[in-house]
Amino acid sequence: MLKIETSKKSNYTEIKLIGEVDASNSVELDEAIVALVENDTKNILVDGTQLEYISSAGLGVFMSYIEDFNDKKISLVIFGLNEKVFHVFQILGLDQLINIKSNKEDAVMEL
Amino acid sequence: MMKHELKLYCETSRLSDLRIFLNKILQETSLSEIEQHQVTLAVDEVCANLIIHSHGCNSKEFIQISVEKEVGLLKIEITDQGDAFNIIEYNVPEINQVKKTKRKGGLGIILVKRIMDKIEFESSGLQNTCRLFKNLKSK
Repeated sequence: MLKIETSKKSNYTEIKLIGEVDASNSVELDEAIVALVENDTKNILVDGTQLEYISSAGLGVFMSYIEDFNDKKISLVIFGLNEKVFHVFQILGLDQLINIKSNKEDAVMEL
Repeated sequence: MMKHELKLYCETSRLSDLRIFLNKILQETSLSEIEQHQVTLAVDEVCANLIIHSHGCNSKEFIQISVEKEVGLLKIEITDQGDAFNIIEYNVPEINQVKKTKRKGGLGIILVKRIMDKIEFESSGLQNTCRLFKNLKSK
């Protein structure tokens, strides 16, 4: 089960991922990100504090926007990943390609 | 440890059942929580791949998963009768290549190969078998 909550703040938009992202629902994560880009959002914070699991389907969504976001000057910062989930990002070296911070305060500083 | 088996119908929505099945078994091994999580992920990746690419998400078809602990070794066997996918011969893409081409796939098999200690694949033409092994430390 995955629940995605999007909330607009003054200078950024936050996407909160609650539950598990796998091959059955990664399209929902993709749609949530596409919606932000269409709304001209330049700063995206991904709250991963309640993300329990992510498989390659979900990681691929983040991966697929890295180049686009660089071109469009869109910042995306993920924060609050638990240790197990963060390890999965590390196995693929995605922690080197995506800006990941341990908490929200540090993540906001990156915007 | 006895042999645990699961019949998984080919719908991606069933992957969460697979993870529940695996989590329960892996808790009883000497693997750390992080390793348990990773092994579950590796099996999820192989099965997601089979469900989507070998079975076209046909919910009437199924794959079978069996988990067994041998001496110092955890063995997970995944059998199906769909189009054979030879995980060993599959050339995994470079991470940077995945990023450049903006493809949303290709990462799963990289994860499987990095997480598991040994992988075997065989196909008889009718049945495909993929075996994933993880070394266990003595408790």
